[in-house]
Amino acid sequence: MLTYILFALVIGSVYALLAQSLMLSWGLAGLVNLGLAGFFAVGAYASAMLTTWGHAPIPLGVAAAMLAGGLVGLVVCFSTLRLRDDYLAIVTLGFAEIVRLVASNEVWLTGGTDGISGIPVLVPRDAGIWFHAGSLAIIAAAVAAVYLLLRRLLRSPWGRSLRAIREDQTVASVAGKSIVRFKAQAFSLAAAIAGVAGAFYGHYTSYVAPDLFQPLITIYIFLAVTAGGNARPAGAVIGAYLLVAFLEATRFIAELAPGVSAVQAASLREIVVGLGLVLVLSFRPDGLLPERSQKAPAL
Amino acid sequence: MQAQELRGPRAPAYPLLVENVRLSFAGLKALDGASFHVTPGIVTGLIGPNGAGKTTMFNVISGLYRADAGSISFMGQGIERMSPHQISRLGLVRTFQIARGFPKLTVFEHLMVYGARQPGEKLLTAVFGSTEARQREAELSEKALAVAARLRLSHVIDNKVTDLSGGQKKLLEIGRALMAEPRMILFDEPAAGVNPTLAEEIGDQLLSLAEEGLTVLLIEHDMALIERICRRVIVMAQGRTLAEGSFEDVRSNAEVQDAYLGGRR
Repeated sequence: MLTYILFALVIGSVYALLAQSLMLSWGLAGLVNLGLAGFFAVGAYASAMLTTWGHAPIPLGVAAAMLAGGLVGLVVCFSTLRLRDDYLAIVTLGFAEIVRLVASNEVWLTGGTDGISGIPVLVPRDAGIWFHAGSLAIIAAAVAAVYLLLRRLLRSPWGRSLRAIREDQTVASVAGKSIVRFKAQAFSLAAAIAGVAGAFYGHYTSYVAPDLFQPLITIYIFLAVTAGGNARPAGAVIGAYLLVAFLEATRFIAELAPGVSAVQAASLREIVVGLGLVLVLSFRPDGLLPERSQKAPAL
Repeated sequence: MQAQELRGPRAPAYPLLVENVRLSFAGLKALDGASFHVTPGIVTGLIGPNGAGKTTMFNVISGLYRADAGSISFMGQGIERMSPHQISRLGLVRTFQIARGFPKLTVFEHLMVYGARQPGEKLLTAVFGSTEARQREAELSEKALAVAARLRLSHVIDNKVTDLSGGQKKLLEIGRALMAEPRMILFDEPAAGVNPTLAEEIGDQLLSLAEEGLTVLLIEHDMALIERICRRVIVMAQGRTLAEGSFEDVRSNAEVQDAYLGGRR
């Protein structure tokens, strides 16, 4: 049971990294980024390849995942500069699918649908419960580091300008802000964070394969960020852990419902997840932690 | 004002010089060779019937549209190929006809976003922090409070803009432009849709800005306001400049009467 809880917490922490990535690109910069799973995959593969095949140490793999995520983010950002809202969403969704298809088909590069197994882990696997606890400590530390970074950025003039661009980019450009620079920085940094999440995921499960990076992950993270508050790092983190808790809890609740088959129970679970989101949005449309504004100093 | 010290050694005679600007949208000639200049330190009015191309002219000057032909220079520097943020940073700032803004930001945040030269807007400075960024932030917030007080927005400074009245939104448009350390402001109907008392007050604000050394170009339909505050008036019609001069000169100009006032009196 303890192993199971620790496992859920590790997954929650990986999701918390992804949620913070989305908080930055979507919540602060207003870029509807449905390509999150793609950046997650790029990071996971970058680190897995480097450490498994290249025998590089894990920290180097994580750094490479960050770099790969950031660079791919920059490319996606510059190729979609003129797109907004729905159009950006469609193109980024396409990007994530392309990443998955390339990973499945370019066998020489990625190992194809077999994926990459035997990825080095953060803590020796024979440490039993300490394998999970140690991995959790490392990944949770990454969550905390990203949280501190984003909180700092959000409170800075950089974050203020980014929020202004999200609201009206024409007015923001008249206010003297270079829209391209801010968007590129935010998008690329967000993609780098998603890349780090991917690297840690691989180094925990020691296995990556194209199937793990379905668009459903992106949708789940959107749920988490929407529920927690899409313009607050703390909201994103809380939303991610709540999402995992909720997903796991519904697993048991669905089983308790009398007279339903296993397949029906699985569908019931999705229904409950959807219902949960509807309820949060009806009672707290801005999420559990709404956006905070900078107060004027008292005279 | 910072205006004087920023002006180069070869200070041009006219802060803004527009020459033969053309712009068409799918065959419709919105600007058809408009040319005019603006004199420093006074309020200049830009008037003309609806569809004359006044707001389009503002959009071209501020870099939101790119002209098909013609040249625009600000303080002697060609700006017709610059992007909006570069033009704003030169000190040429515009306001919008329909008060636009950032719905989820407060009045204070609006003013701060318009604050010029904040090093904390660089990503690395934002991460690591710097004394300059902190000092600049303190300066800007002091200035924001002063601007809010001047425009009587102090009591709503922490309110979201969506909570403001129409008149307060118009005042905030002016306040934002002031935060950008402008050398010249383009006002697009700053008094449209507000009550007469407030319109008069806005007129007084513009006059006092000009007295402080700022150059002001103003699009306005309220002729009483134009007559009261504009020492020079430029008339546009059908994408061209029709006449320039004092309000009296322009009013007695037969062509202007034809185009604008709907026939000779």
